[in-house]
Amino acid sequence: MDSPASLGLYGRLLGARVRSDWQYRTSFITLLFSQALVTVLEFVSILLVLELVPNLGGWTPTEVAFLYALATVPFGMADLLMSSVERTANHVQAGTFDRLLLRPLPALFQISAIEFELRRAGKLLPSLGVGVWAVANVDVAWNAQRVGVLVMAVLCGAVIYSALWVASASVSFWAVGSREAANAVTYGGQAANQYPLHVYRNWVRAVLGWGIPLAFVSYVPSQWILDAENPLGMPSNLVVAIPVVTVAVLVAALGCWGLGIRHYQSTGS
Amino acid sequence: MSDQPAITLSDIGKTYVVRTKAGALRRHRNEVKAVDGVSFAVEAGEMVGYLGPNGAGKSTTIKMITGILTPTSGRLRVLGLKPVAQRRMLAKHIGVVFGQRSQLWWDLPLIDSFDLLHHVYATEPGRHKHNVAEFIDRLDLGEFLTTPVRQLSLGQRMRGELTAALLHDPELVVLDEPTIGLDVVSKHAVRTFLQDVNAQRGTTVLLTTHDLDDVEQLCKRMLIIDHGRVLLDQSVADFKKEHGTRRTLVVEFEHVVDPVQLAHATVARCEGPQQWLSFDRSVTTAAALISELAELHAIRDLSIDEPEIEDLVRGLYKS
Repeated sequence: MDSPASLGLYGRLLGARVRSDWQYRTSFITLLFSQALVTVLEFVSILLVLELVPNLGGWTPTEVAFLYALATVPFGMADLLMSSVERTANHVQAGTFDRLLLRPLPALFQISAIEFELRRAGKLLPSLGVGVWAVANVDVAWNAQRVGVLVMAVLCGAVIYSALWVASASVSFWAVGSREAANAVTYGGQAANQYPLHVYRNWVRAVLGWGIPLAFVSYVPSQWILDAENPLGMPSNLVVAIPVVTVAVLVAALGCWGLGIRHYQSTGS
Repeated sequence: MSDQPAITLSDIGKTYVVRTKAGALRRHRNEVKAVDGVSFAVEAGEMVGYLGPNGAGKSTTIKMITGILTPTSGRLRVLGLKPVAQRRMLAKHIGVVFGQRSQLWWDLPLIDSFDLLHHVYATEPGRHKHNVAEFIDRLDLGEFLTTPVRQLSLGQRMRGELTAALLHDPELVVLDEPTIGLDVVSKHAVRTFLQDVNAQRGTTVLLTTHDLDDVEQLCKRMLIIDHGRVLLDQSVADFKKEHGTRRTLVVEFEHVVDPVQLAHATVARCEGPQQWLSFDRSVTTAAALISELAELHAIRDLSIDEPEIEDLVRGLYKS
């Protein structure tokens, strides 16, 4: 599959999904409206919380806001495009996963498109708002290198979160009711990642920061870009490892997914 | 590609692991052999019926052929490809219809599904237009093309499913219970269409069914599977000669009468005014029997029992 054609196809499948939702107009509009309301409220509440936050281990509130945005923007992107893979469990349970396997497209590509939900964009918007505010207000001399690392961090972060969704969704090929446990990793990791890693106890740091490795999404790049306090004594060139870690996580996740599909047992018809 | 068989199964097995509860936390691990050493080949251009009772292993076989399930053992080639390893490449060359599971976009008009499939399969635009026009004409889809799929009747939907499976000109079509639940008219439409596709396009067809009529009217060759093993693989004509000619005429008379005496039928059962007459279709016809009966007594109701696939399987074990 060449990429321009597959982008076009992805757009068509998304369009079909949105048109399907539009068949249930009232519910579609209500959902979008309520999500918009939640989004505005969330943005206001984040700003309120940030005003109250004291210095966290030497990080100023603006620096924490920057870290927060660098954790939540990639998460929002991954959530919008890839968290639909958690619907794999439903397809496996209903046996409708068969249909995805009968088409000449990667199953991940299909499930991402057919389970797309526009309302998830609502989570991304307040994070972007915080991000723009933080970038404008942090005490940093922006140069090409810093901007480059920021862009790379956002993209790699989105891939790492997507890989987490894929890996945790793969579990549903073996255990259909595993969605809650999977969410503990994805949503749980994301929640923890909104604060500087050094505020956590050692074991949390080891598991969530380096084990899963969410530290590479926001803590490592934020510390480098902002030149912020470094109480953990991380090597200064650790940002170089971000793409390496991203590729490793992605390969592992796709491996789990491939194994899962081979293990798929379908259902009786 | 045409000189090798379209499908080759050599000693294919599929074992499911089923865990059952045995106490509060302990679970038993049972292995169930859904398919147990199945071998057969389907030549390009053939139309083969794959029959068996519920749970015989039909769907499991189909799902292995289409690359959905990984065989536990054996060697499998479909159009020269390994179904699971080369699933996406295979998908471009096969069409699949599951009678009980839709391949269409449920909430969108039927025509939208066709358009989406055009892009999914990247079919050449001219070819696509030609095929859509042809199928609309042959399957009479015109009047419900803009109806959302969820609002179609089962018969209409099945005609839509057939079109969806064939739009990309597959060399092989696999159908799992394509006529299940259809009324007589829709069944006829589906059968005629499949026959045409096979005859005119040379498409290889493998279909599973419960319905012996499907096989009789469509296929030259049939396979019967039970408990994961192939019990029979022969031409439909031979099978009919050996097994498939007995029918039962169920007649309900106006009054309770003694068991009737006829030359070419025997009373198998007698219950109040109802009598079950067993006859051989190669010796006499139902029409001849009915006119004989009508001369004897007043008839209230009539029906003909087709032999069920389950009965035939039982018969195969006996012989």
